[in-house]
Amino acid sequence: MVSARAGEVVALLGPNGAGKSTILRALAGLLRLDGGKVELDGTVLEEPARHTRVAPEKRPVGLMFQDYLLFPHLSAVENVAFGLRARGVDKRVARERAAAALERLGVAKVAGARPGNMSGGQQQRVAMARAMVTEPKLLLLDEPLAALDVSTKTDVRRQLRAALRESRAANVMVTHDLLDAVALADRMFVIEDGGIAQSGTPAEVTARPKSRYVADLVGVNLVRGTARGTALELDGGGRLVTAEELSGQVLAVIAPHDVSVTRDHPEQAASAANVWPGQVGAVDLMGDRVRVRVDGTPTITAEVTPAAVDALNLDAGGQLWASVEPSAIRPYPP
Amino acid sequence: MTGSRQAFNPVIAGLAAISALFFIFPLTGLVTRAPWSSMTKVISSSASLDALWLTLIASLATTALALIFGFPLAWLLARVQFRGKALVRGLTTLPMVLPPVVGGIALLLAYGRRGLLGEPLYSATGFSLPFTTPGVIVAESFVAMPFFVITLESGLRSMNTRLEDAARSLGASRLTVFRRVTLPLIWPSLLAGTVLAWSRAVGEFGATITFAGNLPGVTQTAPLAIYISQSSGKIDEAIALSLVLVVVSLAVMIGTRNRSRRA
Repeated sequence: MVSARAGEVVALLGPNGAGKSTILRALAGLLRLDGGKVELDGTVLEEPARHTRVAPEKRPVGLMFQDYLLFPHLSAVENVAFGLRARGVDKRVARERAAAALERLGVAKVAGARPGNMSGGQQQRVAMARAMVTEPKLLLLDEPLAALDVSTKTDVRRQLRAALRESRAANVMVTHDLLDAVALADRMFVIEDGGIAQSGTPAEVTARPKSRYVADLVGVNLVRGTARGTALELDGGGRLVTAEELSGQVLAVIAPHDVSVTRDHPEQAASAANVWPGQVGAVDLMGDRVRVRVDGTPTITAEVTPAAVDALNLDAGGQLWASVEPSAIRPYPP
Repeated sequence: MTGSRQAFNPVIAGLAAISALFFIFPLTGLVTRAPWSSMTKVISSSASLDALWLTLIASLATTALALIFGFPLAWLLARVQFRGKALVRGLTTLPMVLPPVVGGIALLLAYGRRGLLGEPLYSATGFSLPFTTPGVIVAESFVAMPFFVITLESGLRSMNTRLEDAARSLGASRLTVFRRVTLPLIWPSLLAGTVLAWSRAVGEFGATITFAGNLPGVTQTAPLAIYISQSSGKIDEAIALSLVLVVVSLAVMIGTRNRSRRA
């Protein structure tokens, strides 16, 4: 069950095709439910088992679409005023409130322009204003920043953050970008294969990822296994030594920068507890660092400097040795 | 937008000029041969006025029928999935490519006094469509409505229906969504389809003369009157009526073109 309180921002994070947008369309009433229940502020909006269904236009919900869906034949201010007009607000009042909403989001200068004559960032903020101006009890944001290029994203993210802080709605945002979830959400739900894989605050989820999907987004190695004392027998084969004494099923993360790679067996390593060989896998440039996957038991990703790539002659492939200090393995219950 | 400038090609320019002149010459012919001195007298003769009046009434009625019945049909074809849709589309737009006189025969067999539907109608009410003004409207609708349907359908099809979702999520009822989102967005194709159907109705000849006959004042529209005048040697009358149709058509075309651009 996904829930959100008033004034809270909840992010639904998941890979494309996991059913995130479908959840938003269902909450807005644009998609009929087969089962389950949608409840808002004590009112049931939809419950097929009891033949209850509130029409989309009767729901106190605002929805911002990934591709904005601004009305091409209306100006920005008319787009924003649309929801107010449809809900019976007087024309002049609606336009004033729409203009004020555009002002707050810093796009007052495009008030008279049609969407076709606005930049992507301007359209995004007009769409945001349109979804929020009716003061919905539930505000739904579908990938609010996905369509923006990197240069405007940071700016708009800050504005969206400010706007959401002011909002008294329960805010539900769908995203596949971990950074958006961390920057904007109070709580997050990880959606995988149509179900909830993990939930918690962004800090909790990123510190203790429970699935490979989340671990990959955070950019850490995730291993799963059975602990007996300081020995961790991994599910996929292989064995690691941990600093803490543990027992039972555990998950553990290992940051790539805590993994060292060498061409020869590191005999002189301070602690040679976790040393194992593997083949050079994918090599990716991440900013000014390079990530190297070492295909072994277990397979692990290490972070090295570009200089090390040359020194180790990684382009040639072949065998590497990976080593990890026991204290760098951070275990937690699954 | 600036198009790339192409080098002058004498072959293309020459062929294009011939093509343009091909259309311009006949109109010039009409204008130069027009009986300007007796123009008002010819047009204001009661037979010409009757024909023009009937053309106007029948074509407007046809356009109204196209809007009332053609709109739902176009909507169904564009928005609703059902079995046999391709067949329905094919049959309802067939009159666009059918020789109109064939349409007239088909109409007689269906709605004529001895027709499939016409016979029971006649025996029940004593009314029969052929040789009546409603018969003219039926013949014109049969030929003209498909132009409206096909134009509107493509307009509805090219519209992003998710904009309607967006409007509903903003609190708009189905009627408001239609009025404030759907209608403005399909307006250019709605206007184009209306004008196409209307002008096709104005010019309708084959189906009308076959199904409704050629009764002056009742079923003789301007194209029929022009044909009769021409073939009975009253060439001045034919030219004068033709010019009226040219002027009206030109005015409508120019007027709607500007309007659909603005939309």
